[in-house]
Amino acid sequence: MAKSKQDLEKSSDKNENEIALRETEGLSQGQIIRRRFFRHKGAMASLVVLLGMFLFVFSASGIHLGSAKQPINIAGWWPHSFKEIDPEAALKNVCSNGITGCPTLDILPSFIDGTGIKIGDHPLGTDILGTDYLALVTRGAEQSILVMLIVGFLGVTLGTAIGAVAGFYGGVVDAILMRVTDMFLVTPTLVIGAVIGFRFGNLGVVPLALMLGFFAWMGLARFVRTEFLTLREREFVDAARVAGASDRRIIFKHILPNAIGIIIVSGTLLMSGAILTESALSYLGFGVRLPDVSLGLLVSQYQDTFNVSPWMFWWPGFFIITIALSINFIGDGLRDAFDPRQRRRISAKERASAKEAKGRA
Amino acid sequence: MTEPVLKVTNYNVDFWVDGVWYPAAIDMNYELLPGKTLAIVGESGSGKSSSSMGLMGLLASNARTSGTVEVKGVDMLSASAATVRKYRGKEVAYIFQEPMTALNPVYTIGFQIVETLRVHLPISPSAAKERAIELLTLVDIPNPAASFDKYPHQLSGGQKQRAMIAVALACDPALLIADEPTTALDVTVQAEILDLMRDLRTKLNSGILLITHDMGVVADMADDILVMKDGVTVEHDTADNIFNRPKHPYTQQLLAAVPKLGSVPLRELKFASEVKPEPVLVLDDVSIEYPKRGRVPAFTAARNINLAIFPGEILGLVGESGSGKTTIGRAAIGLIPVKSGSIKVAGNEIAGATGKELQAIRRHTGIVFQDPASSLNPRLPLGESIGEPLFLAKVAKGADLDRMVEELLDKVELPRSYRNRYPHELSGGQRQRVGIARALALSPDILIADEPTSALDVSIQARFLELLQELQDKLKFACLFISHDIAVVEILAHRIAVMQHGSLVEVGDRDQILKDPQHEYTKMLLSAVPVPDPELQRIRREARLKNK
Repeated sequence: MAKSKQDLEKSSDKNENEIALRETEGLSQGQIIRRRFFRHKGAMASLVVLLGMFLFVFSASGIHLGSAKQPINIAGWWPHSFKEIDPEAALKNVCSNGITGCPTLDILPSFIDGTGIKIGDHPLGTDILGTDYLALVTRGAEQSILVMLIVGFLGVTLGTAIGAVAGFYGGVVDAILMRVTDMFLVTPTLVIGAVIGFRFGNLGVVPLALMLGFFAWMGLARFVRTEFLTLREREFVDAARVAGASDRRIIFKHILPNAIGIIIVSGTLLMSGAILTESALSYLGFGVRLPDVSLGLLVSQYQDTFNVSPWMFWWPGFFIITIALSINFIGDGLRDAFDPRQRRRISAKERASAKEAKGRA
Repeated sequence: MTEPVLKVTNYNVDFWVDGVWYPAAIDMNYELLPGKTLAIVGESGSGKSSSSMGLMGLLASNARTSGTVEVKGVDMLSASAATVRKYRGKEVAYIFQEPMTALNPVYTIGFQIVETLRVHLPISPSAAKERAIELLTLVDIPNPAASFDKYPHQLSGGQKQRAMIAVALACDPALLIADEPTTALDVTVQAEILDLMRDLRTKLNSGILLITHDMGVVADMADDILVMKDGVTVEHDTADNIFNRPKHPYTQQLLAAVPKLGSVPLRELKFASEVKPEPVLVLDDVSIEYPKRGRVPAFTAARNINLAIFPGEILGLVGESGSGKTTIGRAAIGLIPVKSGSIKVAGNEIAGATGKELQAIRRHTGIVFQDPASSLNPRLPLGESIGEPLFLAKVAKGADLDRMVEELLDKVELPRSYRNRYPHELSGGQRQRVGIARALALSPDILIADEPTSALDVSIQARFLELLQELQDKLKFACLFISHDIAVVEILAHRIAVMQHGSLVEVGDRDQILKDPQHEYTKMLLSAVPVPDPELQRIRREARLKNK
């Protein structure tokens, strides 16, 4: 009995060491979060999809920015432009139901329908004027992504700054900033967007995105403020103050890095929301105007032809959904990674295998 | 031979962490007879809490239990969920550590007792209410009939814990599991709750499983003691044997680490010259008020405080929670503004100082905070935290700063490599050492230590106090040591000040306060401290009850 007790103690000592080693393995907070994020399968898949899509979209249609007077144009590898009008191209490919501009993409191999896999001149077909639809969709996606990035950047910067100042100083500063936030919050996004779109939509997508970003920071400011309100009561802030740190140093060096999780998370949500807002605005006719296109505009233009040429509707929809979904998934993965209390559920299989291993031992 | 209420055999608890099962409790075996108290003691992480939560299947989903746990002869681990649920609350009741969080804030305490009663017993609402008031009377809540309709926030901490016990006792459980029932309470309240539990044990003849880290509480309550370390039972014996003839080296070590009130020789305080030097910290008629906020009226946290600390002296400031001792400590370094009076640190006035002046004055002060987990920035490597005062005071930067940080780490006996570590990689004791290193970075004239050991285990606390003494001997700083634990203050302090409700009730030399207290409150405070010696504690307890 005594001996077995000793053995037990020895084995428990060993286990204890293992736990200690695992716990004190020299990992920084950043490394831990990265590791947890990389373990999140949904977020990783979304990240790959999103990056792949960025690469495809921007390299295919090239980059076209600037105003009509000073355009910035870098051509992409796709031979057709979204401005190109070629009625013959539309007549060249006619579907079996007589619709012109039929997609030439055929992903079914020959043993199923006998025609084999091919891409063709206009894999997504052409519109009624003969403009290549792939060029239109990639251009639209490019615009949407640009809106997303600009709105995301503006919203995060403004929201963080306002939330941080309000939360840190509290009192009158907080009251004033939060009432301003309230004023921004009570106006419906779409109404503001419509007004902005009506005024700035024809200037191109960048001014539109800037104005949208100017009205997108409120939610984030609220989150950051709450986070600062709790963090500023933590003792390490007092410790920094005793050490002689200035307010600016306390905000940026001590508190902000601790609030970064919530900023990243609501930032990603903000970005996916921006894509949807832009699509909705363009759908309503207040966003991007013809001849330029965006995904929302494409959807609104071709919704009537859904019965005869559904692909005109499917493709822009597919891009909108994919981008918004991937961003949301990434945000979700980041939220999980930043939350130290989040634990992975043990699957029934793992539980069983561990039990088995124990039984053998 | 009575049948045991709880019989635990070959009982294991494991946790699933990152793909491996880690044991939290290994091969536990014990019995508990009705009317007896078994105390499970051990330091944090020894598995005492998780093993007791596992008895009734209350662990998180990543835990696994094996073996048998028989409550009145029925095995709980192999029983169906419905059976276990029937036993919970009825036969086995829990009392948790935090009465603030264990009671549901949106229901009255009466409702919560009635709920427990009606779940388990076929009883009418009116009868349940009668029984609930009876229970509230039993646990000595003042005016039980009126308290029935009170919400938890309307009760004091001690009363909440009494209400919690009333809920637990609702169905006359055969077994009461009390997990650190008094840790969150002040000593005087703790003494009352322990009296109550002892009283109930004899009245109801239930078995009590007491989980605690406080050897004083154990000495006061336990018949048998089970000592745990890292999930393993190292010793299981009667209280008398454990306290007076501990066999296992760990038990001996644990008992040696517990500070015993009234057994520490006074540390000599010698001044450099015959003349008493100028005090480093002077509080002259200081009052501190938290201003009113919305509908919450202004609250005076400290009034008319007069204190002086001389160079090289440690002044212990004791008092119960809410007595204003932390407020004093924070005001002394200018973290809280003073309403009236004057605070002088090394001759500089803090009251009414501007931000710039405060920064200059703070170079003479250092502070060690209560909670080492919260007082270090989790996103900053330790070296940066320690070096920040030096960097901001423009004492050093770059390689010089690194060297000074390393010296500081040496001083508090931490490896130099810890410079690049983050707070979460360290244990509580190590973090608190980092806190000291940071506080001592600018070689302050006065160190404010605000409950620096309250979050530490006893053996770590003992080592920490030793280190603080060594450092103080070497560096000769003055220290305001704030603590609720008189036994800890006794070890360090030259003089002791006692606070109650924001006022100083007594200040005097250590031995005068401990051996010959003048004020009623000091006497009460001293008599309420449980001593880790069953026999002595029994005598103290009887004396205290007689005085009532």
